[in-house]
Amino acid sequence: MRQHPSRYCAAIAAALTLAWASQIEAAQALAQNVPEIPIEPVEGFIKLPEGLYLGEGIGVAENSQGHVFVYTRSQDTRLFEFDENGNYVREIGAGLYGFEFAHKVRIDKDDNIWAVDEGSNQVIKFNPEGRVTMVLGYRPPAVDGALAPEPSDKWGRSGGPGANEPYLFARPTDVTWDTEGNIFVSDGYFNHRVVKYSPDGRYLGQVGSGERGGEPDQFSTPHTIASDNQGNIYVGDRGNRRVKVYNSDLELLAMYEDTGAPWEICISEGEHQYLFVSNSNSDSNPAASWDISGEVYKMELDGTIIGRFGEAGKAAGQFQTIHGMSCRNPNELIVAEISAWRVQKILVASEPVF
Amino acid sequence: MKRSMQLLLVVAGLTAAGVLPARAQVPQIQYRAVDALSDFPDDIHLGEAAGVARNSDGEIFVYTRTGNPSIVTGASRYVSHGGARLFKFDSDGEFEREIGQETYGALYAQQVRVDSDDNIWTVDQMSGQVIKYDPDGRIVMVMSRKPETMRVPQRPPPETPPAGQGREGESFQGPTDITWDSQGNFYVADGIRNARIAKYEPSGKWIMNWGTRGAAPGEFDVIQGIAIDSQDNLYVADWGNERIQVFDTRGVFRREMSGFGAPMAICITPGPNQVMYVSNSNPPDNLDVGGEIYKVALDGTILGSFGTAGKLIGQFGTVNAIDCRVENDLLVGELGNWRVQRVTLQPM
Repeated sequence: MRQHPSRYCAAIAAALTLAWASQIEAAQALAQNVPEIPIEPVEGFIKLPEGLYLGEGIGVAENSQGHVFVYTRSQDTRLFEFDENGNYVREIGAGLYGFEFAHKVRIDKDDNIWAVDEGSNQVIKFNPEGRVTMVLGYRPPAVDGALAPEPSDKWGRSGGPGANEPYLFARPTDVTWDTEGNIFVSDGYFNHRVVKYSPDGRYLGQVGSGERGGEPDQFSTPHTIASDNQGNIYVGDRGNRRVKVYNSDLELLAMYEDTGAPWEICISEGEHQYLFVSNSNSDSNPAASWDISGEVYKMELDGTIIGRFGEAGKAAGQFQTIHGMSCRNPNELIVAEISAWRVQKILVASEPVF
Repeated sequence: MKRSMQLLLVVAGLTAAGVLPARAQVPQIQYRAVDALSDFPDDIHLGEAAGVARNSDGEIFVYTRTGNPSIVTGASRYVSHGGARLFKFDSDGEFEREIGQETYGALYAQQVRVDSDDNIWTVDQMSGQVIKYDPDGRIVMVMSRKPETMRVPQRPPPETPPAGQGREGESFQGPTDITWDSQGNFYVADGIRNARIAKYEPSGKWIMNWGTRGAAPGEFDVIQGIAIDSQDNLYVADWGNERIQVFDTRGVFRREMSGFGAPMAICITPGPNQVMYVSNSNPPDNLDVGGEIYKVALDGTILGSFGTAGKLIGQFGTVNAIDCRVENDLLVGELGNWRVQRVTLQPM
């Protein structure tokens, strides 16, 4: 007999959005004596209309006009657009079928807006006008009921169906593109792989064994992904505390292992590109994590560390578990934080202080 | 705001990865496709386009899986909310209005059809309900009852399905489609967790059931759709058995036809020279099999096919609905691509 679509193991994501109670250990970076880069927060950058609030700052991205897109876990998962001065512009995708539990928003070179949702297990492409033009992944049918399918982790969260299925994700985390427009999805918490699709959404291949692991060809929660002007793909392999660099054929080129657990990475624009890596403090704020994590590293693409900035804390200019970073301009970062429910603009000096 | 995505496709010679051995002999129908719907308010988006149908004025109705389907814990039971919406568009595809906002039974859209009097009928797989709206969008009939509580954890695994004959009456278990005979009697394909066709008087009073789960004539393995011709022959899309079975209005098996994969969406054109469209929809988790739509004579002769699975305009992502009120001007609703395409076929 055929497998009917509604027979997939499934969950109603809304019923499963359990409190995020991650206990990921804070990671102390191996790098020593890294120069400090001065930073300054732009206070009150994001200006919300009355009655509108951000929840967890999960994803943030800028388009070519400098407009800022924020993907947030509020009462519902929502996507907001602000202008280059932080003034509210509009909501995108209100009530969208694929919006259940935000994980990332990114903007491609044509200003299309891509949202990665780990509650619906989908990656959704909007055109610049904010209408859906492509959907990757498949949301489990609500009609199948609300039990978390196996396997689930020790907190009862599940990736949903489709371990290593070509067209299904299990809590995907991020998306990027090579110079040809091929799509790379980090998939994520359960499949521990990076999947490559053609520009029209056809499966081309993947890297990662499908099992969590620390071997060079494995990942332990690939949590963030970015690409450079050459089409190389950078993967933040958070659980393994390393950034892995692949070419667009998904051949491993390098691993950078001394900047802690990469919760979020981004690569700046321009001819001379920089890689920013956030060794975020743990989202449950264990006391010890504040002393050993919470900083961001600025690096050359070859892995050379230029400097570091930031620290864990709740004040403006401190960071509470960075989960999204936009660094089109390497001297003006936009940073989204889980635990502080905010998005900050951070002015970053171009050179460290020695 | 007109959506700008328009793509003319010439598909002569375009072939999908080997789906059916007989495929090569099926004539390819040339077609072009555009995104059918436009002028959405900023806060309204289609989700999975489960159902699409036109009325006699060409106005378009789409029943979609969208919003945030959820089950919450009440004091005494798990209560389900939301997840499906019914939208109306004008004959050019421009958004007009929503119908049935916040209605009790709109949980998981399955299909929408328009009868000969322009009443709009929605079929909801999760609430198990068939709702009849008059042309003004007011509810005039409710079939079956939404369960007072949803089962959490989920229902027993589908590996041990019941025989699926259903009750004498309503109580649909995963209904998928509806059609009407020339006398106004209507037939509900109660086809996913049951395996029956249920027949009702125009008043909604139950007349009879037929069908049980299985592969023999008169048995079904997931009924995905149902349609009727002007002679009151009923065509039942027996998806799991990869065939269409034909019955008379008393449920007497007449014949079966196959050769077009697993029929999911099914539609019969009006008028004197009727033809049928059948989709061999790709599964939602696979772009590399199926996806094409067949044009079939009512005697089962395959006249041609078009399309393949994919995400581009002109490709199809798990077709769940076809409107064929105009023979060569189709509306195609997709689950995978969250859209309705208007497909213009070259006349054969």
